[in-house]
Amino acid sequence: MAETSTPSQGTPPEGESRRDFLLYAASAVGVAGTALAVWPLIHSMNPAADTLALSSTEVDLSAVAEGQAITVTWRGKPVFIRHRTAAEIEAARNVNLAELRDPETDEKRAQKPEWLILVGICTHLGCIPMGQKPGDPKGEYGGWFCPCHGSVYDTSGRIRKGPAPLNLAVPTYTFLTDTSVRIG
Amino acid sequence: MSGQQFDNKIVQWIDDRLPVFSILKHSAVDYPTPKNLSYWWNFGSLAGVVLVIMLATGIFLAMAYAANTGLAFGAVEHIMRDVNYGWLLRYLHMNGASFFFICVYIHIFRGLYYGSYKAPRELLWAIGLVIYLVMMGTAFMGYVLPWGQMSFWGATVITNLFSAIPVVGDYIVTLLWGGFSVDNPTLNRFFALHYLLPFVILGLVGLHMVALHTTKSNNPLGIDAKGPQDTIPFHPYYTVKDLVGIGVFLLVYLAVVFFAPNFFGEPDNYVPANPLVTPPHIVPEWYFLPFYAILRAIPDKLGGVVAMFGAIIILFFLPWIDSSKVRSAKFRPIFKQVFWIFLIDCLILGYCGSQPPEGDIVVVGRIATAVYFLFFPTLWVLGKVEKPRPLPHSISAPVLKGGAAGHAAQPMEKA
Repeated sequence: MAETSTPSQGTPPEGESRRDFLLYAASAVGVAGTALAVWPLIHSMNPAADTLALSSTEVDLSAVAEGQAITVTWRGKPVFIRHRTAAEIEAARNVNLAELRDPETDEKRAQKPEWLILVGICTHLGCIPMGQKPGDPKGEYGGWFCPCHGSVYDTSGRIRKGPAPLNLAVPTYTFLTDTSVRIG
Repeated sequence: MSGQQFDNKIVQWIDDRLPVFSILKHSAVDYPTPKNLSYWWNFGSLAGVVLVIMLATGIFLAMAYAANTGLAFGAVEHIMRDVNYGWLLRYLHMNGASFFFICVYIHIFRGLYYGSYKAPRELLWAIGLVIYLVMMGTAFMGYVLPWGQMSFWGATVITNLFSAIPVVGDYIVTLLWGGFSVDNPTLNRFFALHYLLPFVILGLVGLHMVALHTTKSNNPLGIDAKGPQDTIPFHPYYTVKDLVGIGVFLLVYLAVVFFAPNFFGEPDNYVPANPLVTPPHIVPEWYFLPFYAILRAIPDKLGGVVAMFGAIIILFFLPWIDSSKVRSAKFRPIFKQVFWIFLIDCLILGYCGSQPPEGDIVVVGRIATAVYFLFFPTLWVLGKVEKPRPLPHSISAPVLKGGAAGHAAQPMEKA
């Protein structure tokens, strides 16, 4: 006992390891407790209940003629709805999947071939691609062109050129009737 | 009593209990400073002055601002038109950000040229880089607050950078936004952080000063001060020199504030934010342009983000990458040229970042990015092969020539 540096009153030699154990246990509880206490702070930054509860959006499609496109808002994001022409559907379906960066068939991306519904946010850094209005540049594949960093999407909203890694996302949607759809 | 002795009894009474006067005297009056500092050494204190201006104007701007997507744009216009001197506060603050970066960039490149990052000042350099990073975060979030088109889309593009992180990227972006897009929760937290971070910078500046006063200032010769004959007290010699610099700086800064307040700005930011329309050409503020160019130079989302952050992170390792023991470029003929190439390359990157990514700009941006990263291995090789010119024996020696024979025969610097 004389060789222990800390004075102890009648502690048996194994008292050292017991003291170590207490130190490690207390430190572990302290670290875990701090981590648990920090979580509410971090989680408070995640979407609040009212943000999460944002309802779905219903859209009436009867006024959208063939070849036209409309943009609606869903969860603060633009959603592109394009009434595709037969030529556009044809172009989207006659693509060799092997040459796509993010291979997906057009059949999987559109429940009804004439209605293409996409989240209108470039998968690169979140800009809104152009191609919804008649005068907009649509890119060389007739779909959309993102002006920020030059990504080009085809008539199925699939990435064909530029830095974006993925196709334009397809939101979950249900056709309520032939001319109305609920997004979300 | 270990403290200083002061003539004034009240000062002495306070100092015995709380040594504020001792600390002040030690670090701002008696502080031994190399006597050969040039005007390039003014920019550290200038950056400090701008920080104070930013804090002062920012606190009063916050009193008239509202961090709400429905109110923010109008609140800024209210500040500009209705608040007494609101236009002055806002223009000082808005241009202050640009001048803060001008001072800091000159300060950083001065450190590069004179080897101020080398031993024993590695941590001084690292703290400076942390200040720079926090400054960039603060400036970015401040630019979001007016809630114009560039605010909104800049925020969208920059926060989306984090979505490039594998697996957790999307969760991080949602966490940053507090929703599914940049929206009211985002604006609110950016305001909170924009108010907090300048005080973090203030604390870091304190650490920067402690590190500086431990290792002492570098100087244009890059050799250590050998004794009292090589230094002069900070006050009055450098307080006066810093004041001259502040005078000149204020002339330039206020000329911009009064006569070209929107010189550094983007007209698009006077259009209220619209989440459904992206401006045709999104550019960040000028001080981010070189990094924006690096981001776009890599034709891969994750790769671009890694390169952009890597361009800053690599600077932390500079003290160990540079293998030369000689600090100042004055005595390194090849490094001097490499330095200017690097500086020009950064300007070229800045230009590329300001242009739409089309045609030749893409190629130039890629070459400039390669040159940026090649600078670092070049420094390592250069330290091995370059033959530096002979260093003077002391800071006084080149000035006094033969006159200082008494103490010029000292050994070369230790470091």
